[in-house]
Amino acid sequence: MEGITKRFGAATALNRVDFALARGEVHALVGENGAGKSTLVKIMTGAYHRDEGIMSLDGNLVDFATPAEAQAAGVCAVHQEIHLLRLRTVAENIFLGREPRRWRLVDWPRMNAETRALLTGLGLDIDPQATLGSLNTARQQMVAIARGLSIGAKVLVLDEPTSSLSEREVTILHELIGRLKDQGTSIVYISHRFDELYAVCDRVTVLRDGALVATRPIDGLERIDLVCLMLGKSREALREGVTGFAGHRSHAAVASVPLMRAESLAHGTRLRGVSVDVHRGEIVGLAGLLGSGRTEMARAIFGATPRDDGAMQLDGAPFDPTTPHDAIAAGIGFVSEDRAAEGIIPDLSVRENLTLAALPLLARYGIVSRTRQTEIVTRFMERMGIKASSAEQRIRELSGGNQQKVLLARWLAMEPKLLILDEPTRGIDIGAKGEIQRLLNELADDGLGVLMISSELEELVEGSSRVVVLRDGRNVAELRGEAISEQAIIHAMADS
Amino acid sequence: MKWLRRSGALVALVVACIVGVARYEAFLTIENLSNVLRQNSMLGFVALGMTFVILSGGIDLSVGALLAVAGVVAAMLAPHGAVLAIVGGIGAATALGVVNGLLITKARIQPFIVTLAMLIAARGAALAATAEQSISVPSEAAGLTWIGRGSIGPVPVPIVLLFVAYLGGAIVLRYTRFGRYVYAVGDSEDAARLMGLRVDRVVIGTYALSGLLAGLAGVVLAGRLGAGQPVAGVGWELDAIAAVVVGGTLLTGGQGGAGATLIGVLLLGVIFNLFNLEGTISPWWQWVLRGGFLLGVVIVQSRLQRDN
Amino acid sequence: MNWRRLAPAPEYAALVVLIVLVAMNALFTPNFATASNLWNVLLQLSTVMLCAVGMTFVIATGGVDLSVGSTMAVAGAIAAVLVPRGASVALGAALIGATVVGLLNGALIAWLRVQPIVVTLATLIAGRGLAQIISNDGELVSVDQLFFLALGRGHVGPVPIPVIVALVAVAAAVFVLRATTTGRYVLAVGGNASAARLAGVPVRKTIVTVYAASAMLSAVAGLIVAARLGASDAAKIGQNMELDAIAAVVVGGTALAGGRATIGGTVVGALIMQVIATSFNMLLVPYSWSLALKAAIILVAVYLQRGKRA
Repeated sequence: MEGITKRFGAATALNRVDFALARGEVHALVGENGAGKSTLVKIMTGAYHRDEGIMSLDGNLVDFATPAEAQAAGVCAVHQEIHLLRLRTVAENIFLGREPRRWRLVDWPRMNAETRALLTGLGLDIDPQATLGSLNTARQQMVAIARGLSIGAKVLVLDEPTSSLSEREVTILHELIGRLKDQGTSIVYISHRFDELYAVCDRVTVLRDGALVATRPIDGLERIDLVCLMLGKSREALREGVTGFAGHRSHAAVASVPLMRAESLAHGTRLRGVSVDVHRGEIVGLAGLLGSGRTEMARAIFGATPRDDGAMQLDGAPFDPTTPHDAIAAGIGFVSEDRAAEGIIPDLSVRENLTLAALPLLARYGIVSRTRQTEIVTRFMERMGIKASSAEQRIRELSGGNQQKVLLARWLAMEPKLLILDEPTRGIDIGAKGEIQRLLNELADDGLGVLMISSELEELVEGSSRVVVLRDGRNVAELRGEAISEQAIIHAMADS
Repeated sequence: MKWLRRSGALVALVVACIVGVARYEAFLTIENLSNVLRQNSMLGFVALGMTFVILSGGIDLSVGALLAVAGVVAAMLAPHGAVLAIVGGIGAATALGVVNGLLITKARIQPFIVTLAMLIAARGAALAATAEQSISVPSEAAGLTWIGRGSIGPVPVPIVLLFVAYLGGAIVLRYTRFGRYVYAVGDSEDAARLMGLRVDRVVIGTYALSGLLAGLAGVVLAGRLGAGQPVAGVGWELDAIAAVVVGGTLLTGGQGGAGATLIGVLLLGVIFNLFNLEGTISPWWQWVLRGGFLLGVVIVQSRLQRDN
Repeated sequence: MNWRRLAPAPEYAALVVLIVLVAMNALFTPNFATASNLWNVLLQLSTVMLCAVGMTFVIATGGVDLSVGSTMAVAGAIAAVLVPRGASVALGAALIGATVVGLLNGALIAWLRVQPIVVTLATLIAGRGLAQIISNDGELVSVDQLFFLALGRGHVGPVPIPVIVALVAVAAAVFVLRATTTGRYVLAVGGNASAARLAGVPVRKTIVTVYAASAMLSAVAGLIVAARLGASDAAKIGQNMELDAIAAVVVGGTALAGGRATIGGTVVGALIMQVIATSFNMLLVPYSWSLALKAAIILVAVYLQRGKRA
């Protein structure tokens, strides 16, 4: 791929990016959120069409209008969220679109037998007749890869393939990648996890803000240098801190009674007894890989997910929310990690989104006071620097950063005691990110308790006065003060 | 539990039959059973087409109106021969089904709206074409009347057609690519598209098939009544949806089948038959019980699904 | 598709269509633009309007209510049977009976999460039967109580009472949508139910409320029809009303996917449908052709509004 450019309206998502993939190579594609990785991959696999540049495969110019064309040419993507059919069997998923037939009728025995042979050949023990939805995510992913290979993929794009896998499953996946590589399949590997990049990849291409930064062999590239390339910082700047939390050190003195204490929360297999306490004026970081139970814990405290066991206290008194409504009444706010699915009401205005939680406070006999609503909306739009054409603009038209500010304001308007934030700065631009981080600092200084989940380690390191680390639904470490470092967190998240 | 969801309707059907045998002497007679089948055959065709549409994640509210169109067209063409009448009637309904499919896939309007509009328009067209009168089938078209009233050996033609249609439907769903793609599209349209399926064609196919089967029902009905009635099939879309849901096909698409729908149709038919045999239950109570029964089934279904 | 740019903005498409229709009729249909005919159009419209207002709320939550017509019949039947015991008893019982149907719909949808289309389909079927049973097993129950009849036949000055009732309902709906927490909750639930729940919105209560409101408004419509007929005809009252109400809502610009609602649009949508029906009637064009035009208008209206959803 040479000189690939893609624009969305006025924004340029990719600017003249070159990308070359050798046969039998595992090539890492890295960059921060918004760097253009997924856009590049989507162009490569036919989901988007480029505005400029050329693409070639095996020396022939190619031009994919649809994912189907890309697949036919041998380029196949396995996405983070698996695009397969959950209600259908493994065999059907693998052969969909090219079922073996006899007398024009689908030949089920042959389809199942061929599937079994294919899976066994890949070293996978999966029943071809099992419903896909009954398999765990890792196995579904293996099925997706098997489908790609059976179509005859020469290029396999793995987008965050390990984000929901256990360590053992990661090992299986990496073994599979090794075998595919030996067979001459080329693989584009997207991941945020450095250990994996160094374990399986040959070369790495770094993107930043839609532009190509560098393509290097991964051997001999120091991790710190890779981080510098991704962030566009020099080594020195990196040490000084890069987030809006920078320079922030100690929070208010720790009172004896915590604002909120959760003990041994348990639910199904995701939460097996996790505890945390948050004091007034404190930002407590909650770290862990996806699936570690961090999101489930946050939701359990907020009453959004039921819990089987465990106890909670708020201001020293027992606290047992069964719905978000209860938690909100007690003074807790929660910002979900999935802004589109669980945050914004897309068609409503900034005004209504911002005051959604506070409506009962603004209403008498169910009639909302427009004056008081306007007052709150104006105050918070100003204070948080929300950029919108007016309070009446639909929130879907705002940038991610501004949407997130509105969601934060939704809770701040309630004057909460505790704010639970799941990935508060994910997928928003650098400027808004810094503003939000600075705001959280100020709020904590004013006495708000904050429980912050983040997979950006620097945000945890610089923002939190304590970091609680979860793994497999259990507490595995609690770091304080100087002991908080990226290494320490990674160590606790990953080690067994 | 899975077994129960798949076979709940079958169990209910068996129970209903046992009750029928135990309580009414007239139940287990060839005459009665063949009556039940013949009366329900037309709803059966419509429900089979609806099954395809619902499996692919859509809905077709226009079936009753398409049925009327087919009956009217068949009756109008009857003077030119039975074959032309039958082909013309079914063809007209199929064409309107294709229009449904095209509007849904190409103009990207929700199935609910498209088929609602088609319901209104097709009913209007049927009324307009006949000046709101029913059109009797002349004696030249004996073949058309035969389809509705005749027998093959001892078996009435509509019953033969019913079983042929369901056997064919089951084979198409299980053993043809089109059938498998119907399930795939109903499971996840996005995934199906990313896996290279031509989703639009599959969707158009299901609405065409629904039109075709509604047309068949219309032609059979016209044959049976000896007339094409522009007001035939009013409200049948609801009965067909009810039969599909009662059979166990999920309204969300991707799960269910032709056999399930046949059981649903027969179950509703047998229950009606029992009411009639009882004789003391007013038709109005039958409606209430039918609605209540449908509610009961979907409640059980939703429970079982959540347990899954 | 360049011609789409020439089309009016989607918000006003329905209004433009209405104005054109009325203007054409005023010019070409004899006696169309007379006061008595206009009152007649509004009178005919009032019952559809009541159901469509309720339907707007239901659709705004992302649901649909197919049972409105049957609910009308149930209310009409209850009232007709109970009129001998006094008009207020009859009206009160009719409203309560219908509300129970609505609460049942809402509860099943909110708590058991059964699709609205199935639940209300079931109550459509059962409700019609129930209405027949209540009417002494399918009899035509005639009503001759003056106060009750006034609901359908009375006038205040030149204005028929049903028109006043419909206007009150429209005004109340606009108020609820604009000024109350409930109105906002309806839009929030339809726009993004999970987000609404996490923001503390009582999602289930909101859903139950809209189905109950839809049933109550349908009940009023049913009472008006019964009063106009002077009888409860359980087989006829409100037949196919669900289709007319949905058509009015959709043509008016409320998206079937939920999250948006425009009462003004619904009023315009219902007016369009009624103007077509009336003018075709006056021009002696067969009823059937007005059906075809209705269908075309529904499709075109939805097609024009479609582009706005991502």
